[in-house]
Amino acid sequence: MSKRVALEASHAAAEAVRMANVDVIAAYPITPQTHVPERLAEMVANGELDAAYIPVESEHSAMSACLGSAAVGARTFTTTAGQGLELMHEVVYVASSMRFPIVMVICNRALSAPLSVWGDHSDAMAVRDTGWIQVFCENNQQAFDMTLWAFRVGEDPKVLFPVMVHFDGFTLSHVTESLFLPEQEEVDRFLPKFQYPFALNPAKPLTHGAFGPPDIYSETKIAQEVAFRKSKEVILQGWKEFGDIFGRYYFPVELYRTEGAKTLLLTMGSFSETAKIVIDEKIDKGESVGLISLRLWRPFPFEELRQAVKGAEVIVVFDRCISCGMGGPVFSEVKSVLYDEAPRPKVVSITGGLGGRDMSVKDFEYVIDRGREIAEKGSEKMLETVGIRGEMVSRGG
Amino acid sequence: MAGRKLKTAYDFTWRDMEIGNILTEPGSASLRRTGDWRSQRPILDREKCNKCGLCWLYCPDAAIKLLEDGYYEPDLFYCKGCGICASVCPKEAITMMEEEEV
Repeated sequence: MSKRVALEASHAAAEAVRMANVDVIAAYPITPQTHVPERLAEMVANGELDAAYIPVESEHSAMSACLGSAAVGARTFTTTAGQGLELMHEVVYVASSMRFPIVMVICNRALSAPLSVWGDHSDAMAVRDTGWIQVFCENNQQAFDMTLWAFRVGEDPKVLFPVMVHFDGFTLSHVTESLFLPEQEEVDRFLPKFQYPFALNPAKPLTHGAFGPPDIYSETKIAQEVAFRKSKEVILQGWKEFGDIFGRYYFPVELYRTEGAKTLLLTMGSFSETAKIVIDEKIDKGESVGLISLRLWRPFPFEELRQAVKGAEVIVVFDRCISCGMGGPVFSEVKSVLYDEAPRPKVVSITGGLGGRDMSVKDFEYVIDRGREIAEKGSEKMLETVGIRGEMVSRGG
Repeated sequence: MAGRKLKTAYDFTWRDMEIGNILTEPGSASLRRTGDWRSQRPILDREKCNKCGLCWLYCPDAAIKLLEDGYYEPDLFYCKGCGICASVCPKEAITMMEEEEV
């Protein structure tokens, strides 16, 4: 029997880590860090969680400590945000290619400069090529659910990849919502004991992290990529098992009133919930609209997305990040995934919500209306934005 | 090296990669000819050598062998030609010679 509690998303994620009974937590405790490791430190100090807590000197060291911990087969967790993830960047790749199923919660924040600790998706997009499974959460319940699920999927012997759980900085991380916490017995049923098949053991010596000269590196990367894409089978199975035990079912591409919709808005993270209000209002007014909330960012859910947009004429992709010199990264990928579709829907890009700029219901109304207009008449602007002061320059400008 | 055959990278396809590219066979590095990019090699002058063993102690690649007669000799299968042995030798018994002049 689950119990209803009020928690901010950071504390909800910490609860999931506690119930997963992790062995090692290595985290840097200072800004841009969040309440996730703060709460975990309390739990360890109070004896509520029997884990080694390593307060390292930087995020780079946090991930490095996690590599060592995972290599001996310990269930391992870390968490960071924004600039912290950037400092960690180099080691983030290593966790994936060495196949260490570390779980990391990222409370998404903007990147400097100017100095900002507020929310957007720049940090998540900067690590999209690192070989981590990446999922986005829309609310605090999902922050708990995805964190728990991340251990189940990453540690599966058929997967053995690290998992990043993303939820929006401040919008979720520091905001209290009500959610259901399950019983420990249910969690134990869902999450088996971690048994890393290649744990360091003096009785059975092996080498982790040997170097790869040009005559073998390419083969290692292809092997990693094939295994990474195949992890989707377990990702789906994990969500099915989660739903069967806890009653909440999740999907790589979450659909909201998309049936027969001509125009689809695509968002990620907590703003999806704001966008749903606009979808409801517009449907009430007789408009043919729906919402796609992209949950699984890596490995990219090609088939699910193609299936989701069947019959739609316009897809408006809302990005909370700018890939400098290119535009919205989610837009670029969605458009490339749908390019070969016949008939091909128009895919348009609108960027906003940067560095903690809020997106209101009215803003999303504009996104959909303007998106349809661009699809019909094209755009003369270099970049289509929402909620940003000043006229945008032309493409040629 | 004796009795063990060195597999080369070309014996492996991407399907043969262990998960995480781990190596399950210990000591396989000893099969690798790491001396093949050497540009200089150490030459020992036995007239000057007093068998002190500092070269053996300092060699970062454990590429100096102790011979039965008490002298030391670089194993050119591994020696990368760094010159540390020549540098630490108190008798200046080791000189580095360009490979192309050997």
